[in-house]
Amino acid sequence: MSALIEFQGFNKFFGEQQVLEQIDLQVQAGEVVVILGPSGCGKSTLLRCLNGLEQAHSGSLRLDGKELLAPGTDWRQVRQRVGMVFQSYHLFGHMSVLDNLLLGPLKVQKRERGEAQAQAEALLARVGLLDKRDVFPRQLSGGQQQRIAIVRSLCMNPEVMLFDEVTAALDPEMVKEVLQVIQGLAREGMTLLIVTHEMAFARAVADRIVFMEAGRILEQNPPERFFTQPQSARAQQFLEKFSFVESLPKTLHKELS
Amino acid sequence: MSFDTAFMLSTLPAFLKAVGVTLQVGLLAIFTSLLVAVANAAILVFRTPYLWRLVKGYVELARNTPLLIQLFFVYFALPSLGVKISGFGAAIITMTFMGGAYLTEVLRAGVEAVPRAQLESGRSIGLSEGQLLRHVILPQASILSLPALFATFVFLLKETTVVSAVAVPEILYTTKNYIALYYKTYEMLAVLTLLCVLIFLPLSLLLRYLERRLQHGQYGV
Ligand SMILES: Nc1ncnc2c1ncn2[C@@H]1O[C@H](COP(=O)(O)OP(=O)(O)OP(=O)(O)O)[C@@H](O)[C@H]1O
Ligand SMILES: [Mg+2]
Repeated sequence: MSALIEFQGFNKFFGEQQVLEQIDLQVQAGEVVVILGPSGCGKSTLLRCLNGLEQAHSGSLRLDGKELLAPGTDWRQVRQRVGMVFQSYHLFGHMSVLDNLLLGPLKVQKRERGEAQAQAEALLARVGLLDKRDVFPRQLSGGQQQRIAIVRSLCMNPEVMLFDEVTAALDPEMVKEVLQVIQGLAREGMTLLIVTHEMAFARAVADRIVFMEAGRILEQNPPERFFTQPQSARAQQFLEKFSFVESLPKTLHKELS
Repeated sequence: MSFDTAFMLSTLPAFLKAVGVTLQVGLLAIFTSLLVAVANAAILVFRTPYLWRLVKGYVELARNTPLLIQLFFVYFALPSLGVKISGFGAAIITMTFMGGAYLTEVLRAGVEAVPRAQLESGRSIGLSEGQLLRHVILPQASILSLPALFATFVFLLKETTVVSAVAVPEILYTTKNYIALYYKTYEMLAVLTLLCVLIFLPLSLLLRYLERRLQHGQYGV
């Protein structure tokens, strides 16, 4: 089976600085890949390239076998298939929650209002926020806004979702409500690329951990193996910083389930 | 010194008319300035080649020369180039020239104040650049620039007094006329001050109210 997403010899520069170097990464449909690595190693950039928010320098990036770096790629089309959720939610502040959710389906996908709204409401109910349908983002907590942002992406019926440190801006007590939503998507078999600093969550949700450092992928392994026997010295050092990593997983794993 | 209230009252009809002229010049100039500003701001925001520099130059020129001199240029210099122009026409042209420049800056700043993240967020759900402009940038930019926009409106309305210099019968011109004719300097200045307070103070209060609404309102960005 060929991969749904495939980076090959992928390079990205910001000016002189190379931020992604010879990236080789394949993601199968339905797979949950968690990308870990120290700050500034290029995790966000990797996700943003997949969404066309950054332009690649060279190499190959295929979605469903189709080369995205070829000229003439319709990124608007790609973005409907690959949803992205950001660290600081970025909901549209001048619109109600419902309008936030419907903007894409109505304007980009030209869907019928009744059908799109029914889907939006169903998804809102699923993340427990149906009663917030008509309020404005600034009236919501960070965790609520982030769940809405996830729903906004889901309303486009994407095949893949990219999560870039979506809990990093949240107070601890709101982290769980967001992670539960993501874990739900993982269980349903959606293809997910997740950047996070929540180690316990990474271990619980990932099919595979990708460890990056300074723009390169240093290792890719199943979570149990990565967390118990990291191959590279850099990964070991990285994990040592999260010293609680040994004690947490079991309990949090249960809590999240 | 005696204060001639009877005289003051007798000038009231003339002053009411003058207020009308002030509002007429002010509102018309605000409207035409906005038209100029929207076009110019679009050129700046999209960095339309060449035109962009032209607009920049215009904004600097118009904002860094006194309105009175601009007015004299239009009123006295244009006729010598063969363009005949009334005081009212010169007033509107000049006020638009200056107001357009100030409002251009206000609108440009509003668009630039929309966080980049909002644009990326819009792009990430597949919005086209046009849809982004229409559904995200313009609504947010208008909210963000509303306070500055209203402040500039009030500023322009106040600046209309300058056009008394080319015999447009607005409030200051009318005041000067009465003073010249009847030497009732204090009475007329009192009326003028009162009118200014009556016109501009409510506007300023409205302005402050709007700002507060926007800062604490649910629509803020
Ligand atoms: N727009 C940009 N212009 C120039 N350099 C950039 C830009 N965005 C990111 N970089 C640089 O690229 C490198 C990778 O950044 P990136 O944001 O992908 O890292 P990250 O792994 O997501 O880090 P973090 O964990 O802090 O979010 C960093 O060195 C950063 O300084
Ligand atoms: Mg990042």
